[in-house]
This record gives sequence, C-alpha cells and structure tokens, in this order.
Amino acid sequence: MPFTRYVEIGRVAMINYGKENGKLVVISDVVDQNRALVDRPDEVRRVVSFKRLALTDFKVEIPRLARKSVLKSALEESDAFNKFHASSWGKKLESRRAKAATTDFDRYKASVKKTQRGRAIQAAIKKLGK
Amino acid sequence: MVQGGYKFHQYQVAGRHLPTEKEPEPTIYRMKLWATDPVRAKSKFWYFLRKLRKVKKTHGQVLSINEIFERRPTTIKNFGIWVRYQSRTGYHNMYKEYRDTILNGAVEQLYQEMGSRHRARAPVIQIIKTATVPAAMCKRDNTKQFHDSKIKFPLTRRVLRPSSRQHKTVFKAARPNVAMF
Repeated sequence: MPFTRYVEIGRVAMINYGKENGKLVVISDVVDQNRALVDRPDEVRRVVSFKRLALTDFKVEIPRLARKSVLKSALEESDAFNKFHASSWGKKLESRRAKAATTDFDRYKASVKKTQRGRAIQAAIKKLGK
Repeated sequence: MVQGGYKFHQYQVAGRHLPTEKEPEPTIYRMKLWATDPVRAKSKFWYFLRKLRKVKKTHGQVLSINEIFERRPTTIKNFGIWVRYQSRTGYHNMYKEYRDTILNGAVEQLYQEMGSRHRARAPVIQIIKTATVPAAMCKRDNTKQFHDSKIKFPLTRRVLRPSSRQHKTVFKAARPNVAMF
C-alpha cells in the first residue's frame, strides 16, 4: 500500500509524547531526517523530533516558514484542526480523554444506568416468553 | 524562547597581556569558543592564546566574557564547522555541515558525530571556525537534500512509544502495528 501521509510543509501533525500529548502542530520546515520545525498560531516556532510527532491526514497550504498571520488564515480557511477533531482518530482521543476525566460518582451513575437498562431488557424478554 | 538544553554554550572572551612599561597598551584578543561554563571558557581561551600568541595566563588578564545567543532561533540555517581533532594516529582537519536553528545545536551535533564516527572525545576537538553557509554554497549532500521548499517524504517506520514514561511497559497484550500510513 502506498504511503498517504508525508512529511511536507503544511502537514498537520500531533505531538504524541509528554505534557503536550495530543497537541496539533503544523510542519513549517524540515531540519533534517529526524526533526522538523513546527508551528502553531499561539506558540513560538520550534524544533520537534519526528519520533514525537504523529502525522495526520490533513495539510494546509502554507509556504516554507510561513508568518503567523498566513498560518492563522490558512488554518481558518482549511479548518484542518477541527476536521481532525471530527475524524475518527480525533473522536477516539476525545472519548479517551472524556473517560479519563470521569469521577467516581460519574462511573457510579453509568453503572446504575447500565443495571437499569439490563433489568428493562430482561423484563421485556420475560414478557415475550409468556 | 529558551535556547538551552545543549551541553556546550558559546562564549566570547576578550583578554590581553598585562600592561608593562615596554608595552603600556597591549593588543586585545577576542575569541569565540564553546565551553560548558564561563570558567572553562576562560581556561580554553588561555589554552588557545598561548598557542597562537606570546600571551600566557600568568601575565594576562581577561577583560570580558559574555555568552552569545542565537539571533533568530526560529529559522533553520546551514552551519559549516571547521574542526581539528586529535585521533589515535595524529591531527586531522575537517569540515562538517549541519542544519539546525541555533549554532549551539550544530556544535552539539558535531561533538556527538565526532564521538560516534571517530571516537573523539570533547577535549581533543578544537573548533577552528564556524559559518552560516548559504544554500547555494553547501557542500554535503545530506544538507543539500533538504534545500527544497516542496520537500516530501514519508516516515517509513513507526515505533510505538507510550505517551509518557509512566505508561511504558516491557510486554504488550497485543502485537503493535508498526505500519505507517
């Protein structure tokens, strides 16, 4: 199968390690075979290793070392970050995050709901059996 | 922007011979060099100066020492580094090219590469000169291949890494998928 995600200027990538895990960035330039210069509208451009980046399907049309204003308008136009969050990968990350954020009480409420549903199903089945 | 994280910092050291009756205004020498801290930078300054000129630490003084930071740490430059090092058989001169955003990063790469390719430790390496090389004047294919505004290449192998150290495991329940898309 051919590759579909390439390292190229404008490629949206996700940081997959550490405190910034899940943060989306845009590749602004390639330093060498191991590192890229990445940018975000609200951050200073910096170098990140490819080992800590996961490439996504999305790409924005920007020139090399694009200015912040150009990057911002390109991101707004393509809506790439929102598209990623709406994709199945983004949804999976979101659901994981939501699950990790649940409190003990939330989980209790979910378990009560599950038992109630099970009982309702059982009652319905019994009715059909009669 | 933080420019740290590298072992070697760039220092500018200025020094001269102590003024004497014969020579009331001795020449001031300035040197840019890489060291782990200002104290070592001064020591390196005297090491080079006593080899190059007739000035030694016993009859000399350091006038100033400053750390030098990169002016534009958000753009990528091609750094050419001329280096001299002592191998097990003799002294060699070398020219190396690195792509980085800051010169200290390129110097760090140099020390790593000299260590790995030539088994040269830091004390035997002398940086003669550094320069920011324009793209048209780069010599090495490894730097030239990145001079492309429409650069495009896939990452061919994914190594599954946990999102933080505490999630690291030796054994996985399911075989990881290392294919890239």
